[in-house]
Amino acid sequence: MSNFIKKVLVLCVACAASIACKQNGDSTTNYADISVGDEMIAELTAPPFVPKPVGDRPAKKLIVNMEIKEIEGEMADGVKYVYWTFGGSVPGSFIRTRVGDEVQFTLKNHPDNKLPHNIDLHAVTGPGGGAASSLVAPGHEKTFNFKCINPGLYVYHCATAPVGMHIANGMYGLILVEPEGGLPPVDKEYYVMQGDFYTKGKNGEPGMQPFDMTKAVDEHPDYVVFNGKVGALTGDKALTAKVGETVRIYMGNGGPNLVSSFHVIGEIFDRVHIEGGDAINKNVQTTLIPAGGSAIVEFKVDVPGTFILVDHSIFRAFNKGALGMLKVEGAENAKIYSGTTQEGIYHPEGGTIQNMPKSGNGKDVVVNKTLAQQITDGKNIYGRTCFACHQSEGQGIPGAFPPLAKSDFLNADPNRAVNAVLHGLSGEITVNGKKFNSVMTSQNLTDQEISDVLTYVYNSWGNNKTKVTPEMVKTQRAKPAPKSKDMHE
Amino acid sequence: MEAQFIKRFHYCLILLSWVSISFSQVPKDMVTIGAGSYVPLYGTTDKKPVFIKSFLLDVYPVTNQQYLEFLKKNPNYRKSKIKRLFANTTYLSEWSGDLSFGQLNANAPVTNISWFAAKEYCECQGKRLATLDEWEYVAMADEKRKDARSREEFNKYILSWYEKNKTYNNSVGKTFKNYWGVYDMHGLVWEWTFDFNSIFLSGESRKDKDTDKDLFCGSGSVNATDLMNYAAFMRYAFRGSIKANYTTKNLGFRCAKNIAN
Repeated sequence: MSNFIKKVLVLCVACAASIACKQNGDSTTNYADISVGDEMIAELTAPPFVPKPVGDRPAKKLIVNMEIKEIEGEMADGVKYVYWTFGGSVPGSFIRTRVGDEVQFTLKNHPDNKLPHNIDLHAVTGPGGGAASSLVAPGHEKTFNFKCINPGLYVYHCATAPVGMHIANGMYGLILVEPEGGLPPVDKEYYVMQGDFYTKGKNGEPGMQPFDMTKAVDEHPDYVVFNGKVGALTGDKALTAKVGETVRIYMGNGGPNLVSSFHVIGEIFDRVHIEGGDAINKNVQTTLIPAGGSAIVEFKVDVPGTFILVDHSIFRAFNKGALGMLKVEGAENAKIYSGTTQEGIYHPEGGTIQNMPKSGNGKDVVVNKTLAQQITDGKNIYGRTCFACHQSEGQGIPGAFPPLAKSDFLNADPNRAVNAVLHGLSGEITVNGKKFNSVMTSQNLTDQEISDVLTYVYNSWGNNKTKVTPEMVKTQRAKPAPKSKDMHE
Repeated sequence: MEAQFIKRFHYCLILLSWVSISFSQVPKDMVTIGAGSYVPLYGTTDKKPVFIKSFLLDVYPVTNQQYLEFLKKNPNYRKSKIKRLFANTTYLSEWSGDLSFGQLNANAPVTNISWFAAKEYCECQGKRLATLDEWEYVAMADEKRKDARSREEFNKYILSWYEKNKTYNNSVGKTFKNYWGVYDMHGLVWEWTFDFNSIFLSGESRKDKDTDKDLFCGSGSVNATDLMNYAAFMRYAFRGSIKANYTTKNLGFRCAKNIAN
């Protein structure tokens, strides 16, 4: 009997000890002891894609071969930049491991490169995160080994002097260390990384743009982008998903300087692995991603549409390029999102909300308004209605909002332009040889206002100086809204 | 084997004797670098200036054609003969044969060359490789100034080379002529120096807070004297990544010489 009590006691103590151990965090203590099985060559992927999940595979000896290439690329339309890359892309190749894996990492510096490089992987426990062992001259390679003992999503980057410049030129990426058994399966996984870039010319200045050290030290970037360039995730390069699917984004921030306020317009993150670690926050609107840090965000997409990924330090999104798209296809769900159900005129002085009349009443039409007056008034309307998307000089935003300056699409058909303002415009169109697939909402403007603003646009930025009259607008308003197909041709 | 060695030695002697005859003049293709002192980016923990004695330096880096002439007389340094100890397998890798530089520009700097080979070449001319401090001293000059390091445009010019691809096959003498009359210190290729590895970089360039290892560094931090001199940081980082038998496509050399008393 006393023996039995003893046994129970021992058991209880053992239980308590094991619980205590768990609470201390079993992440670092056990994983170093996991033995590895056979060798496996790691699958590496360029963004926005990730290698297939580890699932329930045992820990292995994982062979990673990473090639460094200094290559010329495009920062934005017509803007060239020499990127220094891990694996030929910015961000560099995605590396996917599990805890207990022993990684044999070989860093190869292409003979055409001018500079020595190395790699600091934040997933490494050891001096410099590998940097101390991996400085490699052009035309050479170096190998070092490390064991993944902490699960999480980690940044890697070059740490060769001057470190800031190597990072600013694109030398960063992500390495995922999955927990035992892998992360829970989801429908879509993507790889996105933010970075800030410093060029000699200001944003948009064409031609080859060298790195600007002074701007980098001052932390005044000309570009803040996702996946290395403006428009890397817009138009036909947008991320995609279907209604009902769960999307997981492995989101990193290479910096070198800025911290990202990552947000997806029109979505709420159901789960966020804060800073890429174990802690999970739920129902998050915007998550902060430190420079040299990460987050794993997951959300189920419930309704179709285009969801815009932004750094919610919002001028970076609309003026420096930190803008991407997730296009979701599938059936509408009016319970979750109805779309516009009613439009009206708001009378602050009282009265009930009235429906906008379908055809413009003539009251606001100014008879014999001069062209100059139309342009002056149109400019004001442009400033409060169109400016946000089409930008101050009608240049638009590459990959997101089409230009109005020297626009072939605009100049081809004034009536189509009138209809776009009256009824909105969505779906794919080609403007000056570039494809756009966005949504313009219908604008609540009077016939006179529409004619003024369009006249202003047609008489600015190299357009064909069409004078749009209120009568032209009135005629179009009287007609039924054109089918979208007719608008696109 | 022995015969070859004697032969090579003989050629060196001929060159040496020629040099000694004309010691009082500055040899063709060399210029005099005046004495002076400066504070290098690394190497002086107390950040005190180093003194550079007057010396002679080649106006241009050594070209493919010049190196070919050397190889004709020194068979041991031909690509099929050189000892692995002295140069790794990419030595003269773009040359099409032992005595042919193939498609390369005759007047471009010879690259894919090891430190051992560069040193031998210079010694056979009665010269030597410049020291790191000497090289950096000359390299801080722009067209008009001995020390242009604080000039933003000068730094930008140097940095822009780091971003240009395939300059190694350009002819020598096409970049600017600096204060001393030397060309191509920037904008063409990296160059070997005699003590290139005297500033030891671990590759972990942020380690330099550790004052016990004052030369164990390579980045903008405590031991560097000018945090804005990114161009120099990159040269020191490059030197830290190479070993004496390494050869790379963008690395050439030029020779220096003491001034006889």
